[in-house]
Amino acid sequence: MDRIPILRMGAFLLVTIQVDLYDRLALSLEADLVDMVHKTGARGVLIDISSVSIVDSFMGRILGNIASMTRVLDAETVVVGMQPAVAITLIELGLSLKGVHTALNVERGMTLLNDKFGQDDELAGDDADDAE
Amino acid sequence: MIHKIAQLLKTNKARLLDGWFQKQLASETLRDDLMTNDELRAQSEELVNALTKTIHEENISQPDSSDFDEVFEILADITAQRARQGFSPRETGLFIFSLKETILDLLADLGADDEVMLFQESRKVSHLLDNFAIITFETFIKSREEVILRQTEEISDISTPVIQVWDGILALPIIGTLDSARTQVVMENLLQKIVDTGSSIAILDISGVPAVDSLVAQHLIKTVSATRLMGADCIISGIRPEIAQTIVHLGIDLTNIVTKASLASALRYAFGLQRLTVKRVETDKKAF
Repeated sequence: MDRIPILRMGAFLLVTIQVDLYDRLALSLEADLVDMVHKTGARGVLIDISSVSIVDSFMGRILGNIASMTRVLDAETVVVGMQPAVAITLIELGLSLKGVHTALNVERGMTLLNDKFGQDDELAGDDADDAE
Repeated sequence: MIHKIAQLLKTNKARLLDGWFQKQLASETLRDDLMTNDELRAQSEELVNALTKTIHEENISQPDSSDFDEVFEILADITAQRARQGFSPRETGLFIFSLKETILDLLADLGADDEVMLFQESRKVSHLLDNFAIITFETFIKSREEVILRQTEEISDISTPVIQVWDGILALPIIGTLDSARTQVVMENLLQKIVDTGSSIAILDISGVPAVDSLVAQHLIKTVSATRLMGADCIISGIRPEIAQTIVHLGIDLTNIVTKASLASALRYAFGLQRLTVKRVETDKKAF
């Protein structure tokens, strides 16, 4: 079964979704991400959905779930690069993704996470070293 | 001979046309600024020709008969043209009513001796011509509505410009009522522009929105949420005092949205988010 790679960048995790998410893939991504956050003690998760052109309510819920789950594990989720059509669809579906941070592109998303956790960087860095 | 009214109209066509034309010329509502007398005469002639051609003793009492389709068509053309040229409803209506008068005059002239017949024939003519008048009005209003519809479309097309007021700051002044269809256009334009320019702040200025009800507020909230999903901040500005009152009275919750009274204060706030400051340059007097 396909898996979506999760990359580690310092205290943050980076996920780039390059394919259209079907339900099982989304579910496995959710499980993998939560595992990964737990294992690495990451402070932030960055999900790039700039290549996703189709969303449904399930996908919207998964994004919301990921955010809530990582929040429990003390990590913030940033969704970046959402396309206009996708944003309109989610709003029309009544999913405003409360609790999810958003940014225009990966670069801005990284800046956002750094601004948020800049002061904890060293701490997170230590954790990361321990995990290796 | 009066009971052969159709025949009478046919034989007296020239007299009818002439009488009608003179009546129109003498009328106070003559608009020779909008239409030349030659054009008027041509229109009148066309209609009278069509009428005298199609009318006969049977169909005169059936105003909806398909025999009159040609007349209806000509009437519709003339009326639509007049609606576009800016004739008033009164002027357009009198065009057809003066024809009725002329026919009735003609009847009275030629058959004054038999009053019962005269009355019956007049009734038929009135009935027929009234039907023509109704068609005239329907067409007139339809043409005007088409004009209004076209203008509405044009307004909604030109009234949603997205302006880049600063590097990374977009402004969207909304003028006019915000309905579902327009919200869709506004939202799409704004989101696309955010992607194109890579802006991180959008200012929705609603000083041109005449009234905010719960539906409009919901549309605004939708637009703000969509911008947020794209990763940009959205500020609503230009909230007039009466709109602030309405919003509170309707119990609309805008607490999660940044709202500013004027575009200027929204811009100042946006500068703050971008960590920009605007400074007055101290003029160096020695330089002059």
